[in-house]
Amino acid sequence: MTGGTGLGDLVASAAILVCCGSGGVGKTTTAAALALEGAARGRRSVVVTIDPAKRLADTLGVASLTNTPSRIEGDWPGELWAMMLDTKSTFDDLVAQHSADADQARRILDNRFYRNISSALSGTQEYMAGEKLYELHEEDAFDLVVVDTPPTRHALDFVDASRRLTNFLDHRLYRLLMSPTRAYLRAVNLAAQAFVRTVSKVVGGEVLDDALAFFSAFEGMEGGFRDRAERVQALLGDDATAFILVTSPRADTVAEATFFASKLEESGISVASLILNRMHPRFGTGRPEADRARARTHAGTDLGSLYANLGDLRAMAEGEEEALSGLSARVAPAPVVRVPFLADDVHDLDSLAHITTHLFPA
Amino acid sequence: MDLGQFLHASRVVIVAGKGGVGKTTVAAALARMAAREGLSTLVVQVEQSSGLARLFGRPPLSYAESSLAPAAGTIAEVRGRTITPDDALLEYLEDHGLRRISRRLVSTGAMDVVSTAAPGIKDILILGKVKALERSGSADLIVLDAPAAGHAITFLLSVRGLLDAVQVGPINAQARDVLELLTDPARCTVMLVTLPEETPVNELVETAFTLEDRVGVSLGPVVVNGLYPALSGLATPPDEAAAQAGAQLRPGEAEAMADAAAFRLRRHALQEAQLARLGEMLPMPQLHLPFLFSADLGPSHVDVLAAALRDGVSALEGPAPASPPTATA
Repeated sequence: MTGGTGLGDLVASAAILVCCGSGGVGKTTTAAALALEGAARGRRSVVVTIDPAKRLADTLGVASLTNTPSRIEGDWPGELWAMMLDTKSTFDDLVAQHSADADQARRILDNRFYRNISSALSGTQEYMAGEKLYELHEEDAFDLVVVDTPPTRHALDFVDASRRLTNFLDHRLYRLLMSPTRAYLRAVNLAAQAFVRTVSKVVGGEVLDDALAFFSAFEGMEGGFRDRAERVQALLGDDATAFILVTSPRADTVAEATFFASKLEESGISVASLILNRMHPRFGTGRPEADRARARTHAGTDLGSLYANLGDLRAMAEGEEEALSGLSARVAPAPVVRVPFLADDVHDLDSLAHITTHLFPA
Repeated sequence: MDLGQFLHASRVVIVAGKGGVGKTTVAAALARMAAREGLSTLVVQVEQSSGLARLFGRPPLSYAESSLAPAAGTIAEVRGRTITPDDALLEYLEDHGLRRISRRLVSTGAMDVVSTAAPGIKDILILGKVKALERSGSADLIVLDAPAAGHAITFLLSVRGLLDAVQVGPINAQARDVLELLTDPARCTVMLVTLPEETPVNELVETAFTLEDRVGVSLGPVVVNGLYPALSGLATPPDEAAAQAGAQLRPGEAEAMADAAAFRLRRHALQEAQLARLGEMLPMPQLHLPFLFSADLGPSHVDVLAAALRDGVSALEGPAPASPPTATA
């Protein structure tokens, strides 16, 4: 073991685990396995997934996951809960909480521009994931919150989402338009209006009217949203939060993961653990070149095939180690955990528990 | 099926699939296969990522076209470029006499307001640009490396959504043009990529039905990536195989060999089962690409996959009646 904290220690002590990585590397399953391990260690843990696939619900043995945690029953000393992030209803709740009265809330919730935000504005899902984990953390009903992030290329989209979205909601274009036309502001305002006319020529006036009506209805709520966003960001930067980088051992996904790690570093966050999924096993200690040479010598025989296969698989295992070496060094002393490619997809709690035997070897 | 016929069926091929299935690799192999048949080919990526350029051993792509693989003899050139929504919007505005305003629209973040006001506008801008490239005839084949699957559906569906939201103006006209392109099988085909594993297969089937029903695109053959090539004789115990070949195994080799063989046989069987399941769930022709036992794919691998793709296409049943199956004993 390295000088860092082991993955087991993280699960035992962290308040929040954020799993990040590119698409198709097994983030959702990894997040669920970490929460399960938390429960096995006596903690009250909850996994928040953003993956709409029904597979995780099936795995956990529940009919479906919703925006509020469902308890998963099982034989562990702690508690296991799971939920699927619903971006729109999380945002709706936030609007309801921060609006001055029911009328303001209704004007926002009914606005077409607002309804598009949750589905079309990039970063909203990340923003709401952060919001949800903050809410769960504050609730005190859970010791460990594990969140599975959207497969964004930029890890910072997650860390930064709340700030960026708050800026959006407080959009200066709108401020310019609505600001009192004092003499010194007039020139700016005229430019802004010309700008709006141009935009409405492109997309149509009605669409833009919706947007302006939204910003107008939102007025007065920016402060509340901004405070909240700052608290979410502070929590993400807190020592109680650990970022876990998940990747598969292919050069292209490793390049993405390395980019992720460097972006996190830039904002002062270090990777707490690196999880490598879908690793090919290593068979014995021989070199693939030698196996392949013998495969050629014995070409056409069963022995030739056996050598060829041994060479293929050893070359694969070597190639994976090579692809990963830079990344492992970069995140050091964070522990690196290898999970082999599993023949079967994870279908139920037993197979999920099987993953934890790889993540947390005895 | 005749290769030329396959490649000339439509000028735009959109390659789509879930993250991690090798969509970009398939886009690269398809481009290389077309170039080898003499078609000048342009690969378009819609996200800033180094994957595509890396496959061709080139530095990352930008908005301007650059060469990915040079022409040589009868082989045509493969070019590539990145088209992000911001790039496409800037060009669109400049083309529509709005050059003065365009930089400001992007720099003030107003693009975010606009794209939220009219969801799908980003996708339309990208597809609109692809349509313009198709119309300009600058390449015989345009391969579009689509965003990852969940998003691929939204990406293609956004056209219809936008037509409802924006009922007048240049964006509406653009959306109509794009929809025409997407739904015309003589101009555009979608090739879906998957791995022979349970979840990717499920997602592919779902995507295929959604795209056909809701967008009305024409689907090309399904590409199954990463198949372990079959090797005969792996079931023979190593000691026996060595005795048959008159060779001596080293210490520990028999065990490593037997374990490795068992691993491959198991993987192979699982993959075959998933292929069969895919065939049952989705009665469409399949093209199979081999797993290459390399963690870092480069130009030589792209060539191997291009050749496999070519063989797969040649073996597909074409519109002409296939030769009758030969009777077996």
